[in-house]
Amino acid sequence: MKPTDISDPDYFHKVVDCQYACPSHTPVPEYIRLIAAGRFNDAYMINWQSNVFPGVLGRTCDRPCEPACRRGRVDEEPVAICRLKRVAADNKTDIRDRLPEIPKQKNGKKVALIGGGPASLTVARDLMPLGYDIDLYDDQHKGGGFMRSQIPAFRLPETVLDEEVNYILDMGVVTHFNQEVTSLKSILEKKYDAVFVGTGAPRGRDLPDLPGRKEGGANIHIGINWLASVAFEHIHKIGKKVLVLGGGNTAMDCCRTAIRLGGEDVRVVVRSPKSDMKASPWEIEDAVHEDIPIYENHNPKAFITEQGRLVGMLFDVVEPVFDDKGKRTLVSTGEEVMMPCDDVLMAIGQLNSFPWIERDIGIEFNDWDMPEVDKTTFQTSLPQVFIGGDAAWGPENVITAVAHGHQAAISIDKHCHSEDVLDRPAPDVNLVSQKMGFHDWLYDVHVSDDARHIVPLQDKKAAIADRKLEVEKGFDFSQGYEEAMRCLNCDVQTVFETDRCIECDACEDICPVDCINFIDNNTEDNLREQLKVKATNLDQDLYVSDTLKTKRVMVKDENVCLHCGLCAERCPTGAWDMKKFLLHTATAASNRRKK
Amino acid sequence: MTYVRPNFRHPESHRNAAGYSIKQYEGALSTLCAGCGHDSISAAIIKSCFDLNLAPHKIAKISGIGCSSKTPTYFLGKAHGFNSVHGRMPSVTTGANMANKDLLYLGVSGDGDSASIGLGQFAHVIRRQLNMVYIVMNNGCYGLTKGQDSATADQGSAGKRGVASVFDSIDLCQMALQLGAGLVARCFSGDKKQLIPIIKAAIKQRGFAFIDVISPCVTFNNTPTSTKGYEWVRDHLEASGTIDFIPDKTEITVDYPPGSSRAVTLHDGSQLHLQKNAQDYDLASRKAAMNRIETVKEKHKILTGLIYHNPDATDTHEKIQTVDTALNALSQDQLCPGSEVLAELNAQLR
Ligand SMILES: Cc1cc2nc3c(=O)[nH]c(=O)nc-3n(C[C@H](O)[C@H](O)[C@H](O)COP(=O)(O)OP(=O)(O)OC[C@H]3O[C@@H](n4cnc5c(N)ncnc54)[C@H](O)[C@@H]3O)c2cc1C
Ligand SMILES: Cc1ncc(C[n+]2csc(CCOP(=O)(O)OP(=O)(O)O)c2C)c(N)n1
Ligand code: SF4
Ligand code: SF4
Ligand code: SF4
Ligand SMILES: [Mg+2]
Repeated sequence: MKPTDISDPDYFHKVVDCQYACPSHTPVPEYIRLIAAGRFNDAYMINWQSNVFPGVLGRTCDRPCEPACRRGRVDEEPVAICRLKRVAADNKTDIRDRLPEIPKQKNGKKVALIGGGPASLTVARDLMPLGYDIDLYDDQHKGGGFMRSQIPAFRLPETVLDEEVNYILDMGVVTHFNQEVTSLKSILEKKYDAVFVGTGAPRGRDLPDLPGRKEGGANIHIGINWLASVAFEHIHKIGKKVLVLGGGNTAMDCCRTAIRLGGEDVRVVVRSPKSDMKASPWEIEDAVHEDIPIYENHNPKAFITEQGRLVGMLFDVVEPVFDDKGKRTLVSTGEEVMMPCDDVLMAIGQLNSFPWIERDIGIEFNDWDMPEVDKTTFQTSLPQVFIGGDAAWGPENVITAVAHGHQAAISIDKHCHSEDVLDRPAPDVNLVSQKMGFHDWLYDVHVSDDARHIVPLQDKKAAIADRKLEVEKGFDFSQGYEEAMRCLNCDVQTVFETDRCIECDACEDICPVDCINFIDNNTEDNLREQLKVKATNLDQDLYVSDTLKTKRVMVKDENVCLHCGLCAERCPTGAWDMKKFLLHTATAASNRRKK
Repeated sequence: MTYVRPNFRHPESHRNAAGYSIKQYEGALSTLCAGCGHDSISAAIIKSCFDLNLAPHKIAKISGIGCSSKTPTYFLGKAHGFNSVHGRMPSVTTGANMANKDLLYLGVSGDGDSASIGLGQFAHVIRRQLNMVYIVMNNGCYGLTKGQDSATADQGSAGKRGVASVFDSIDLCQMALQLGAGLVARCFSGDKKQLIPIIKAAIKQRGFAFIDVISPCVTFNNTPTSTKGYEWVRDHLEASGTIDFIPDKTEITVDYPPGSSRAVTLHDGSQLHLQKNAQDYDLASRKAAMNRIETVKEKHKILTGLIYHNPDATDTHEKIQTVDTALNALSQDQLCPGSEVLAELNAQLR
């Protein structure tokens, strides 16, 4: 193999598994160390910089970082990255003096944001400090989008959401709430320099053709519409017997909301086996913790009505059958099950839809009647129109919407300065030695043995009695500290200098997880086979040195390195050093600063 | 501060056939200087015992004084251990071995410990052919007392102090050969590919097995002018060929072309396979081995690898005909004939 090019920021970025997996590339270990040091404001601001809603996300994030976390590969469970973010948000003091200043002198460019969810708000967050005039249109009465209408208050208190939405709106965004945009043409006619569409995926799927759908209509609800009505206090109660159709996160929110609104026999019914449910494992866990049963392999067959009123649902019991290729089909067992109910909540998916975008204004639509959006620039075929968040490619999550917002902001800023939007700015990177003395490092090298700490919950009865009572209490100081100590500091990189190595093997011998090998060079496939412990995780790179004096090379499998620093401590010549790699993805502001 | 080794190990590193993980063969975190060759030897011992599926508690590691003699703390934490007096490892091992011959005795010593203060003990333990593995971690100096020349420092070799040794060096392999060791080998701490199979063979050897491991002292004797530094040793190695340890003859998977290799069969049937230099000399001949060491030395090179192997070696217990059961397992009435026998004996002398 060729020697690894560590000057390519992507190499070390990939080693920081959590940050790499995070759609907006939050410098996770950096904020976790700050939490351990009790520097909550600093930890919060690192988050705010990259993910904009630390308080919201510290409670609700889909956490793609956690399945990626290295700790999960050496220990039972990953670091509780998400809930540590909440520790920073809960314990910070007033941070408003740290928010970027908004120039009094505007830059003369006007941008419209359609939809007030996390995607649009992120665009505003990134562009307001650059002097843009921004108009935000949303059909709700307050900002936040689905974070407000969908995520139930027992998971996300309104005060937390208000605070973080207001940090942005208070920058001087001109809001047009309660205003549904029904024509993009009319917006374009207002001569904005750019328009960002962040309208989400607001149309919930229905089962329009199922018998009884019309007759029982009064008690059959689209899950997301129903959740919004609950959030906006239009609905306060539900029948005693409730069936929730669907196995995603929306279904979990529906069933948990239903038991708080008077549902006594609330059941989740899914078509496929439980193991195929789309909901995050922790959301399923939370529903099960509240004693909500889940019925698997039940395919809806009909709504049963009596005298024009819904009384139950009929299901076809199916079983999964696999063909030779492993493809699964759900085959009827012939058994039918009738479940009596007062209400049905359908949480079987949502779509983005654009009845309000005229098809003749220059925006290309594809075969699925969706606008063509560029994956890196978020630009449409109409150069001043950008689309991001769930509106771009269908439902995702808040952190993805934020990541889209950041990138779209860069594009919009470039577009407004007549720059090439395809020319993407590089991240800011910094690599600094952590060595202080013989056994002294600037980071805590000790690897904690603790198992993942569990977030304490409210008393179950009290929680179910009050729709707005937040179920999770969050980590306290000491739990937060102990959990922070589980982080392996993957951003503190093992950096190897070939010329200094005398091949004493000290690093190879000391490494607790057998990462380091001195071996004859070969192709990547062969090297992976020949290492002390075979490098089977192909997602993780091999770090290969230049050729050493003995003609061998040092090959390090990054896979389960604990970043414990022992290799660097045992190296007599300083050929190994532990260097902190801090990467901040480019933003509209960092790009403008460099110009 | 890293004074503790993390407890996590590679999730895909397996347990051996005896059911132990590699961690169960490790010891405390080393306090030797970073880069000390001795640590590599410790790692090789750990790996060898793991691969051989030895029960850690069936091993006794005994040492004298020196950085080298400190290493037993850093491997086989679950084994028995005795860190004895300077140069006295052989007599302590002899005592332990006499009492319980069922353990594996791993003697660890330094060049100072063995070639200076302990030279007499070194000679006699070999002569008695005690069933043990004797490893000298040879750095040509007294590392622990700040690097004075030891008796294995070569004439003309200069360490950190910069003063060349004026005396000729003792070659412990030659001494071991002359005194009747059953297995004699020389290795380099920086070449585990060779060191590990040789440690395994030494463990499997019945009687006395001696390994002189050149092990650079990075702090006091790793200068370009020292013949025991990493650089000099690497530049002057003459290996006796690549070595494989094959625990069980049925497991030979490599096809050795005829004439290119030879096998040395050990006491329990396991084998060492030596590739290259197959026809160099008769490994079972002391004379030839002596000759070979001298010839290589004349070229200013260091001969490493298996130097001598006696397939018929015995051990002290066999020579002095002790009972089959380890003495410590015998009861008092078996060990002590009783007052009646004593009275009879006394009567005979009256
Ligand atoms: C029940 C439920 C629970 C969820 N829970 C989580 C969670 O725990 N964690 C997580 O990360 N994600 C969660 N999500 C997903 C998450 O809410 C969305 O992915 C995210 O909010 C998308 O952000 P966005 O900015 O693209 O759009 P949205 O947040 O959807 O915002 C779009 C806004 O635009 C408005 N709008 C739409 N059309 C128009 C129009 N024509 N004119 C004016 N305004 C318009 C909408 O009313 C809305 O206010 C959940 C989703 C649902 C349905
Ligand atoms: C009876 C006695 N004499 C002298 C010493 C001092 N002393 C301690 S270690 C040592 C030499 C150790 O050299 P070596 O065995 O080569 O070990 P190294 O440190 O080089 O590994 C000496 C002379 C001692 N501890 N005890
Ligand atoms: S251990 Fe810490 S730095 Fe490493 S992936 Fe997990 S959270 Fe990130
Ligand atoms: S930091 Fe070094 S010693 Fe520690 S696990 Fe990683 S490679 Fe091994
Ligand atoms: S002084 Fe020399 S022998 Fe002793 S630990 Fe240090 S390097 Fe090793
Ligand atoms: Mg010595």
